[in-house]
Amino acid sequence: MTRAILALLARDLRLASRVGGSGALSLVFFLMIVALVPFALGPDLNLLSRIGPAILWLSAVLATLIGLDRLFQADEEDGSLDLMTAAPVPLEGVVLAKVVAHWLTTGLPLTLASPLFGLLVALDGTAMASTAATLAVGTPALSFIGAVGAALTASIRRGGLILAVLVLPLMIPTLIFGVSAAQAATGGTVPFLVPLAVLAGLTLIAAVVGTVAAAAALRWPE
Amino acid sequence: MRLDVDNLACRRSGRRIFAGLTFALEPGGALAVTGRNGAGKSSLLAILCGRLRPDAGRITVVGVGEATLPECLHAVGHRDGLKSALTAGENLTFARDLLGAARLTPRDALERMGLGHAHDLPVAYLSAGQRRRVALARLLVCARPLWLLDEPTAALDVASQEVLARLMAEHRAGGGLVIAATHQALGLTDAMELRIEPSGGEPAPPADEGLEDWT
Repeated sequence: MTRAILALLARDLRLASRVGGSGALSLVFFLMIVALVPFALGPDLNLLSRIGPAILWLSAVLATLIGLDRLFQADEEDGSLDLMTAAPVPLEGVVLAKVVAHWLTTGLPLTLASPLFGLLVALDGTAMASTAATLAVGTPALSFIGAVGAALTASIRRGGLILAVLVLPLMIPTLIFGVSAAQAATGGTVPFLVPLAVLAGLTLIAAVVGTVAAAAALRWPE
Repeated sequence: MRLDVDNLACRRSGRRIFAGLTFALEPGGALAVTGRNGAGKSSLLAILCGRLRPDAGRITVVGVGEATLPECLHAVGHRDGLKSALTAGENLTFARDLLGAARLTPRDALERMGLGHAHDLPVAYLSAGQRRRVALARLLVCARPLWLLDEPTAALDVASQEVLARLMAEHRAGGGLVIAATHQALGLTDAMELRIEPSGGEPAPPADEGLEDWT
């Protein structure tokens, strides 16, 4: 069973690195949104550094959606999903492997790149570190929540937009606590660890509920 | 293994596709599922794969221990389950690691299908018939007792059809089961025929005289 899950993980990572994979694309998309904001707001450094964590988080939420619509749809279309149903692994294990691969190719690069992109919105060292920490804790929740939408829209052609409409509202709690944790580090009345602990809790809940719900949606498409 | 299907019915989007389907397969047995387009051949295979929930009826597998039916079968259908960006070898290695019960190495399996040269080629470069042969090579990289084949000869040339017929004969000689949905003779000797009739008619009784005459 572990062997099958590792095989699935390795395959998804390899696919993401080949032509047409969405690995680098979401990172570039992340950079695009973050880079556009200073152009829209003007060179007001105080304003930028105040809303910087929020911009990074919003961009991360949107960048997570890139590639999410193909998470299960690509396997549904070419029949790979039938292969996975026949594997000696429960479908929950398949979902878990695919979501972890999705996070490793989108959430993790976003987290690692966020201090660098923080420069574009005039974040100082503390804010950069706290934003990166909250992204590291919170982006897995985005991948797991997105997986439920991806599983529900797996058999729908051009389901990307429906997917965004379905999952974005569910990502609001993660966004709220992610941004408030990042801002709590640079001042405010709440200690940094309180919203961070709530964020970690949200991620754990999303990991359980998301895995089970996505597997259920894949199991009986009709 | 032994497969018993009792009084199976299928309903899709509220419309009844077939009902009252009953058959049993002994080790070494083969079943050719026939019927007009849309009669429910692929739906029957989807139910056996566990991708579709039957409306009624029961499927029993005997002699495989704890394994469920989807874990005992190989399915090769219209959708070949291959990733275009990966090479044929990578696709087969993935299938072997995912499904377990490894038998031939991917290279040997491709050699058997006459595709040894394609081992390091991305599947995107292969023709429809070659892709189908890579998908069929999956039958050889892991050992599973039941083969579910949906139109397996589609896009295959005559030589490959003979290879497939030989593989199926070997598989059955080793006690394996084959269920094939098809419009063409596959070279399955002594296969039972299950004709799915529209609107829930009774399936035809098994014919024992082989399938050469029903093309």
